Amino acid sequence: MDSAFLLGQLFNGFSVASLYVLAALGLALSFGLMRVINMAHGEILMLGSYLAFLAMTLVPGPAGLFVAMIAAFIGAGLFGAVLETTLIRLLTSRPLDTLLATWGVSLIMQQAVRDIFGATGVSVQAPGWLDGGITMGGLQLPTTRLFILLVAAAVLAGMAAILRFTRIGLLVRAVNQDRPTASAMGVNVRLVDCFVFSLGAAVAGLGGVVLALLGPVTPNVGQSYIVTAFLVVILGGIGSLAGSAWAALMIGLFMALAQIVVDVSFAQVLSLLFVILFLQFRPQGVIAVKSRALDAE
Amino acid sequence: MPSTLPLKQAIAALVLALAVAAPWLLTGYDLNLLARFLALSLTAMGLVLLWGEGGVLSLGQGVFFGIGGYAIAMHLKLIDLSPSELPDFMVWSGVKTLPHWWVPFRSGLFSMLAILVVAPAIAALFAWAIFRRRIGGVYFALITQALALAFATLLISQQDMTGGFNGLTNYSTLFGFNLNRPSTTTALYFITLFLVLAALFALRWLIASRFGKLLRASRDGANRLRFLGYDPTPYKVIAFTVAALLTSISGALFTLHAGVVSPALVGVVPSIEMVIWVAIGGRESVLGALAGALLVNFAKDKVSTALPELWLYALGTLFILAVTVLPKGLAGLFGPDTPFRAARTGDMFARWRKDKAETERAHHSAPQPHSEPVK
Repeated sequence: MDSAFLLGQLFNGFSVASLYVLAALGLALSFGLMRVINMAHGEILMLGSYLAFLAMTLVPGPAGLFVAMIAAFIGAGLFGAVLETTLIRLLTSRPLDTLLATWGVSLIMQQAVRDIFGATGVSVQAPGWLDGGITMGGLQLPTTRLFILLVAAAVLAGMAAILRFTRIGLLVRAVNQDRPTASAMGVNVRLVDCFVFSLGAAVAGLGGVVLALLGPVTPNVGQSYIVTAFLVVILGGIGSLAGSAWAALMIGLFMALAQIVVDVSFAQVLSLLFVILFLQFRPQGVIAVKSRALDAE
Repeated sequence: MPSTLPLKQAIAALVLALAVAAPWLLTGYDLNLLARFLALSLTAMGLVLLWGEGGVLSLGQGVFFGIGGYAIAMHLKLIDLSPSELPDFMVWSGVKTLPHWWVPFRSGLFSMLAILVVAPAIAALFAWAIFRRRIGGVYFALITQALALAFATLLISQQDMTGGFNGLTNYSTLFGFNLNRPSTTTALYFITLFLVLAALFALRWLIASRFGKLLRASRDGANRLRFLGYDPTPYKVIAFTVAALLTSISGALFTLHAGVVSPALVGVVPSIEMVIWVAIGGRESVLGALAGALLVNFAKDKVSTALPELWLYALGTLFILAVTVLPKGLAGLFGPDTPFRAARTGDMFARWRKDKAETERAHHSAPQPHSEPVK
């Protein structure tokens, strides 16, 4: 095995990890805050992809991609806010029921998109400046993949900045650490929930845009990433941005390196075994937010 | 309320009589559907124990369903062949020799044992690994979902050994009986019906037993259970294992009735559909889950043949309604399902209150000086 191949797989690992970051970040945030998993998150990715398709059809040319990103960010965010206020809010403290109800939402969204855009899918014309790649030491790095890495890094930095430096970020951290106390201090926890859910959906919308750059947009485009994104959330630890990023990187690299030896489907099985084994040693995930709650199951 | 009891028993007897008479009442097609859905109801009943009583939601029951289904299908594929022949799909993929893990399935006894042992063994190991680290709730649901995805992907990718996307189909005899003859299908229907009834009563007994009580306790307050000196882990592991056993049998029976097992029956989507039967029927009622599995599947059959596009909308709406409007499912409409424990439920403080009343009466009847009891 030559080193270029190994480096190539490493790059693939980072590239896949960047997709997982975009898919899992919103999930991890709202899971940390509300302990709910949104099974329709994959369909929010899909929504982002279709919004990108619409935006880039309406605005052709090099600027189309940025219009698409803004449209997907806002559209998916609005959708997330609506979903949170109409459904998720009804099911507080019933996490397993939320799982099932949001799965219902995802089925409806998939079928709706299938009826509107057709089952075969549409394809997005990536702008010309994303063609080609950079050659480094005998290694061809596609510009699209580099761009996605950049987007993921920017989103991570942006989220960290929001949480660290803004007032709403302060409130989110407060609710994350101790919901009843934050509520008693006058924090509008429901508004914070809605904000975080909507922000997570908006990030997923961005994830949808970059998925559209990689391949055809089908009604099932979200499904192929979402189960692994759930694993990333589990591995990362409850409500930790850094934990999710590390977990995405671990799973991405593990998948890419495992594919040197076995095929894709075996790599998937192995990555699941890896997660289960990892949880044997660290059931709280990569990074655990310290809590005094006993019933944290 | 004793007046309602004969009514309930009369309805139960009527339904049972109809179920027994079904082979003579229904057309062959409808009987086959009923038999399939009865087989599926075993999965649903297992989920009542696991999810309703144990509070453990598994989105990966398709794995165990698939293990049972593939075990019987592998036997059925091999039984018609001479030792030198290979199943048709292996010939098409250019496989020269039978894979070694296929060989034991020539034996009918081994296949039966595999159905009864493999899925529960895997389930017990998996559940023990997860629950002993106190991982539960949403985490468990998502890990089992990943398990279902991995299992289905693996089946599809190993085309030459598992039949790939098309699965295993096209078989004709079981233990020397021709599967296509009406007498065989009727006999299989009765076997299925018997197993469903046996599972129904066994589960109700298990739920009413001391085990069931501790399982519910581990659902409602695992930490309180720990404080009382119990370890909740084995109860959850056993519940998961029993559910896996029922699901495996369910998969084997379904494969016999449907004549096919394929990855499309075991992946993420079918696994979560299994949960909706229980959510609709009633997650805390074994009978409700049985009814839910039959109702949802008949509805799916009718709707998806008439208006195929509509079914996913209907299913999605069912998911949302089942948890928001009917959290206890249809069974919740008929009051609590209290199998074999009617005598014990009721006012758990009754005896305490009676004792208290008696002591008070004794106090009052005794001649009392003017002294208030010290508070």
